[in-house]
Amino acid sequence: MIPAWLVVAASFAYLLVLFAVAHHADRRADLGRSVISNPWTYTLSMAVFCTAWTYFGSVGRAASGGMWFLPIYLGPTLAMMLAWMVTLKMIRISKTYRITTIADFIASRYGKSHLLGGLVTVIVAVGIIPYIALQLKAISIGFAVLTGGGGEHVEPARAVNWLQDSTLYVALTLALFTVLFGARHLDASERHEGMVAAIAFESVVKLLAFLAVGIFVTYGIYDGFGDIFARAQADPDLKHLLSFATVDSSGYGGWFALTLLAMLSFIFLPRQFQVNVVENVNEQHLKRAIWLFPAYLLLINIFVLPIALGGLLHFGRGTVDPDTFVLSLPLSHGQEALALLVFIGGLSAATGMVIVETIAVSTMICNDLVMPVVLRSKRFSGEMRSDLTGLLLSIRRGAILIVVLLGYLYFRLAGEAYALVSIGLISFAAVAQFAPAMLGGMYWRGGTRSGALAGLLVGFVLWVYTLMLPSFAKSGWLDPGFLEHGAFGLAFLKPEQLFGLTGLDNISHALFWSLTANVGFYVGISLLRVPTGQEASQATLFVDVFKRDKGAAATLWRGSAHVDDLMQLVSRFLGTARVRLLFGRYARERGVRSIDDMPGDAGLVQFAETQLAGAIGSASARVMVASVVQEEPLGLDEVMNILDEASQVRAYSRELEEKSRALEAATSDLREANEQLKELDRLKDDIMSSVTHELRTPLTSIRALSEMMLDDPDISIDDRQRFLGIIVSETNRLTRLVNQVLDLAKIEAGHAEWHNTDVDMSELVQHAVDSTVQLFRDRQARIELSVPTEAPHLLADHDRLHQVLLNLLSNAAKFVPKQGGMVKVTLSCEGDEVRVDVADNGPGIAPEFMPYVFEKFRQGGDQKDRPQGTGLGLPISRQIVEHFGGRMWVESSPGQGAQFSFALPANART
Amino acid sequence: MRRSLSSQRLIAVFMTAALLFNYPILSLFDSSELPLGMPTVFLYLFVVWAVLIVVVALIVERAPK
Repeated sequence: MIPAWLVVAASFAYLLVLFAVAHHADRRADLGRSVISNPWTYTLSMAVFCTAWTYFGSVGRAASGGMWFLPIYLGPTLAMMLAWMVTLKMIRISKTYRITTIADFIASRYGKSHLLGGLVTVIVAVGIIPYIALQLKAISIGFAVLTGGGGEHVEPARAVNWLQDSTLYVALTLALFTVLFGARHLDASERHEGMVAAIAFESVVKLLAFLAVGIFVTYGIYDGFGDIFARAQADPDLKHLLSFATVDSSGYGGWFALTLLAMLSFIFLPRQFQVNVVENVNEQHLKRAIWLFPAYLLLINIFVLPIALGGLLHFGRGTVDPDTFVLSLPLSHGQEALALLVFIGGLSAATGMVIVETIAVSTMICNDLVMPVVLRSKRFSGEMRSDLTGLLLSIRRGAILIVVLLGYLYFRLAGEAYALVSIGLISFAAVAQFAPAMLGGMYWRGGTRSGALAGLLVGFVLWVYTLMLPSFAKSGWLDPGFLEHGAFGLAFLKPEQLFGLTGLDNISHALFWSLTANVGFYVGISLLRVPTGQEASQATLFVDVFKRDKGAAATLWRGSAHVDDLMQLVSRFLGTARVRLLFGRYARERGVRSIDDMPGDAGLVQFAETQLAGAIGSASARVMVASVVQEEPLGLDEVMNILDEASQVRAYSRELEEKSRALEAATSDLREANEQLKELDRLKDDIMSSVTHELRTPLTSIRALSEMMLDDPDISIDDRQRFLGIIVSETNRLTRLVNQVLDLAKIEAGHAEWHNTDVDMSELVQHAVDSTVQLFRDRQARIELSVPTEAPHLLADHDRLHQVLLNLLSNAAKFVPKQGGMVKVTLSCEGDEVRVDVADNGPGIAPEFMPYVFEKFRQGGDQKDRPQGTGLGLPISRQIVEHFGGRMWVESSPGQGAQFSFALPANART
Repeated sequence: MRRSLSSQRLIAVFMTAALLFNYPILSLFDSSELPLGMPTVFLYLFVVWAVLIVVVALIVERAPK
């Protein structure tokens, strides 16, 4: 037993810490150094899913149903696996169109309908406010257990005067917290950094507290998992909790239904929408949360079954409420500090839920229930110029207070009633009704406002009839005969066996009927008529949110507006200073100098409406904007045309992009070609100057000798003979040079004529050697010829190859030494190649000259003893060999002679 | 990552998980024995759950930004 004052002091000290955390986070946010902008905080804030109902109640469920506490967590795990598709899309849609609640989401999707938003808000209020009451009840019971000694059956502190009930003060503190950190000022994005930081902090506290008690029970009281399970196995009362199907009558179908229910509620609970979608800072954070959040759930659930079994083993069945085992087990073992910590953990689970749920529900009540009424009232329309920020904030704050107090009131009135105890799953089933309209709205263009309305309405009515009214009946608030005999005594209307359906537990039964009817009416009514223009445009904006950019919404509006009117309108709800800032920023984005220069076009109207939607909801924003602009409504055909145009424009722009890419590629090709041409031009100049230089040398000597003979008639006949001899040989050289230049030019240009015949290589080599025998004899050099017996044949131009060989042979003849010259000619076959080597024992080629051997007008040897030749023989030879797909190279080391070789493919192409 | 391989992998894991967490696979592990000192279904559910979390973590953490 812990003194009451200590528990109260600890509780309020904890709440003070929450205020401090939230305040710190808000201040950091103002400084631009967010503490919540990371995937870890985002994940922890998601853990607001684990409320006091699960914190205390999971153990209770496990004590009666074994593993049946688990579907509540397997569902969210499954939902997270789809989060990158579903939740991401919700985040993107909400960010783009400033949607702040689930009611607004549905209202906005189906043509910005006040009616739909209102209906969703009513469903939420009916389904969720009792859930808030359950959280307060958990706090109250926990308090009673701690202060009552953790003993036998504990009554929550209902008997005490309301004003002495600490739960009331906890509730009021929570309302104050929510007002301070959830509705301090109006923000078009409706994000609350301080609140999120506090929630994340609470998630850490409840996890640690639960793990602490789990470890204490499992390893402190008992001897680990094995010990607890072995003892339970030995106990005939508990044995059945360890197996699966035997403990719960609803069977595998019920298990599946629970998993599905938890999955849907994780996506569509208002508080989950608030933290998962609205408070998301960065879409990338979702990525890590996809596995981190299930890991959190796994951690917080590992000890549930051991605690439940441990409690049952310790207390026996029927003495202590299993829901309080986490508190009573440590208390009964004298661990009061631990019990207090666990209570604080439960407090954090309860307060986290209350805070976030209250923000979400109060925003809905303000935007979707109160604002539509206010905006329609005569008094409001009379004062068109008044500032409404104060009014809006008061409504928000009032709604927060009312929601929390309603929760407290329900807790005080219902108390131990079944309706309150069982509200956890019942409220899950209520929010599951949003699934068809939400999922259909995000993935199906055909859903209409009437379809969504009908589906929600029918689903809600069936939920009330099959779950809520029976829970009232079981609480004694309604005639129990209603359960047994059905409404008006009609047996087929029995609420838990509707139309005679039996064999399902009440949750699966209700879920089946309500969701089936919901989906049926949603789809059926939607298919009755084509969507209106506004429905179609909203459908496209939602379904294609990833495909269309932000400006898409603006294309679906036609009309005219004035900047002043719009600014004045938005200022009434968001405050003048802030609106000037927002509009100024927008003007800069559009590239306009000042706000007044902005054209009153669709983009501006869209911008103003989106800002307004963040503050008062999309449906109200639509009505307000429509009141200050001139617009013409678009029919379905027009919307479709615009969308078609938009997609055509997109297609064109894609085409343009492709074309410009192709053009760029072509440009770079051209640039390369140009570079090549320039290079060729330079080469041509080089060749021209080389050629003219080569031509000038013989010309000069011819001219000099001729002039001498012309000027001097006294030259002896011998001299004349000698001069004429030189002139003839120089002319020959000129002719050869010109021929070779022409030849090379032809080959290079590809104009040379090739006469391909069957060439016998050995005969060719033999012939070439024979025709140069005289040359070698003059140089007193020996020539050795080695030809294989198998003579390869090629398809090639005989004369050209002959020319190549002559070139190589005469080249070799030029370089052999005067005494003991030796040239080896080898013909060989290597694989697919026919190879010819011509090796001499001349001075060889200097390494620095090697790269230039095959260049035009480059000749070996120094200027002094430069051999006779044009410097074109080798380049021409190489061109010829390469023409036949072969290659030509040289190997040499100075002083060792040089070996010129060429190889031709045996199946040479033309 | 939206239309990419990772999304398809996540959907595949979701389907696997939905299969493993439900009838009839679940009924295969409904026995009163205590392998490793734990109830079969308890062990099965938590091990599968943990493995799935690891698989999902591998998928999303290795996906390109």
